[in-house]
Parts: sequence; structure tokens; C-alpha cells
Amino acid sequence: MSELGEPLVFYVFAALAVLGALGVITLRNPVHCALSLAIVFVSLAVMYVLLSAPFIAVAQIMIYAGASLVLFLFVIMVLNPQLEIGEGALPGQALAAGAVGFALVIVVSLALVGGKLFPTLGPYTPQVIAQQGHTQIIGGLLFTDFLLPFEITSLLLLVAVVGVISLARGRNK
Amino acid sequence: MITLNHYTILAAILFAIGAIGVLVRRNPLVMFMGIELMLNAVNLTFVAFSRYLQNLDGQVFVFIVLTVAAAEVAVGLALIVAIFQTRANVDVDEIDSLKG
Repeated sequence: MSELGEPLVFYVFAALAVLGALGVITLRNPVHCALSLAIVFVSLAVMYVLLSAPFIAVAQIMIYAGASLVLFLFVIMVLNPQLEIGEGALPGQALAAGAVGFALVIVVSLALVGGKLFPTLGPYTPQVIAQQGHTQIIGGLLFTDFLLPFEITSLLLLVAVVGVISLARGRNK
Repeated sequence: MITLNHYTILAAILFAIGAIGVLVRRNPLVMFMGIELMLNAVNLTFVAFSRYLQNLDGQVFVFIVLTVAAAEVAVGLALIVAIFQTRANVDVDEIDSLKG
């Protein structure tokens, strides 16, 4: 990536991600919200490519944009919920939530600007990643250092599958 | 030059927008989308730190977060469908049967 190219790609897709996120929380029609969410997912996949993590980028597209979003759209189509009308339960709910979110961004930014990081750098520079292959390194870590979390994740997926099937069958059968 | 702070501040903005969405919206589907936004912001932080610390452990956890998010969406949407079968409207303010 050239010196000029990286900031350009970053700012374009960061702006797209923020606009898509704002669309998710402001648009009235849930289908439009889901499509805005797709913009966020794809922009973040581009970010992962910029951060030299191509495997994560592909997984992001396949799992989030592919599986999760299609499931969202299916459920929206099946349920066909009405558009939200009017304010929330509390007066000034949107304003208070906006203030909380703004304060969150300010606090995190202050912590970043004021804080200092004394890192011990690992061996995986972008050159090493390009040489060995990102997928190979992630796979190696997953099956050696992180075998226990990996197995627990597979158990979690099993529990989710059983739970979804029992929920979908309903209690009267 | 794009630094670590650029990515973390972008992630903070996305997380805050997701949190606002969960607080403001009353459609549980859109609230779930807010949760997805927050999970994605955390993933971005993980990957950005793993790039700048040159350590791929964080990306393994991104992979696990992806799996957990997929399971969460599947179970959550099944719950919403189950609630919708008993009442016509999906509005979180009206689902208060457990209220004392």
C-alpha cells in the first residue's frame, strides 16, 4: 500500500462505517436498518485488509454479512414488523442516550490520548504474515495455544443449535 | 499515516452508536443490530491492537467473538420469533409479563 493510499482508503471506509451505523439506529424500516448494517460489515472487512488480517476480513464477510445478516432479513420478512412510531417510553430518551454515547467517545478518546502503551512486540510483522500466510498462522494458534477456547466455542455452538431447535419447535408439540 | 488511535477512535464511535441504538430503539430486531455493531467495534479494536503489537492472539479471539455473535443472533432471533407467535406486535416496551 502506497503512502497516500492507506489514509485515503481508511477515511473513505471509516466515513462509510459511521454513516452506515447511524443509518442502523435512525432508519424506521428494519429492512433499511439491516442493509445499513451490511455497509458497516463490508467497511470493517476493508479495515481488516488494511490491518493485514485477510482471513478475518473474509470471515467477517462470510459470517456477518453472509450468515447473520441473511438471518436478520429472513426474520424481518417473516415477521413483517410495523414501523416504529413516536417516542420511547421515557421523555427525552433519545437525547439522554445520545449524551451517554457522546460521553463514551470522549472518555475513550481522552484515555487514548492521555494513556501510554509500553508494548512487547510479537514476531508477526506484516512481512512475516505475508510470507507464512495469515490463515496458516491463525489456524496454528487456534489448534495449539488456544485449543481449549476453541473446544468451548464448539460446545457453545452445539448448545445454540439445540436451543434454537427447541425454541423453534414451540412448547405444544 | 494511520495510527492505532485512528482505529480505536473509530471503534469507540461505532460502539457508542451501537449502544445508543440499543438504548433508543424499541424494535428488538434493531436492538440486536445495535449489539452486532458493538461486537464489531470490539473486533476492530482487537485486530488493530494485534496489528500494532505484532501479535496474532487477538485475532484468534476475533474469530471466537464471530462464533459467539453468530450463536447469539440465532438464539435471539428464535426468541423474537417465539414471542411474535404469541403476540402480534414486537415492541420491547410491551413485553413486560415478568414485571412485578
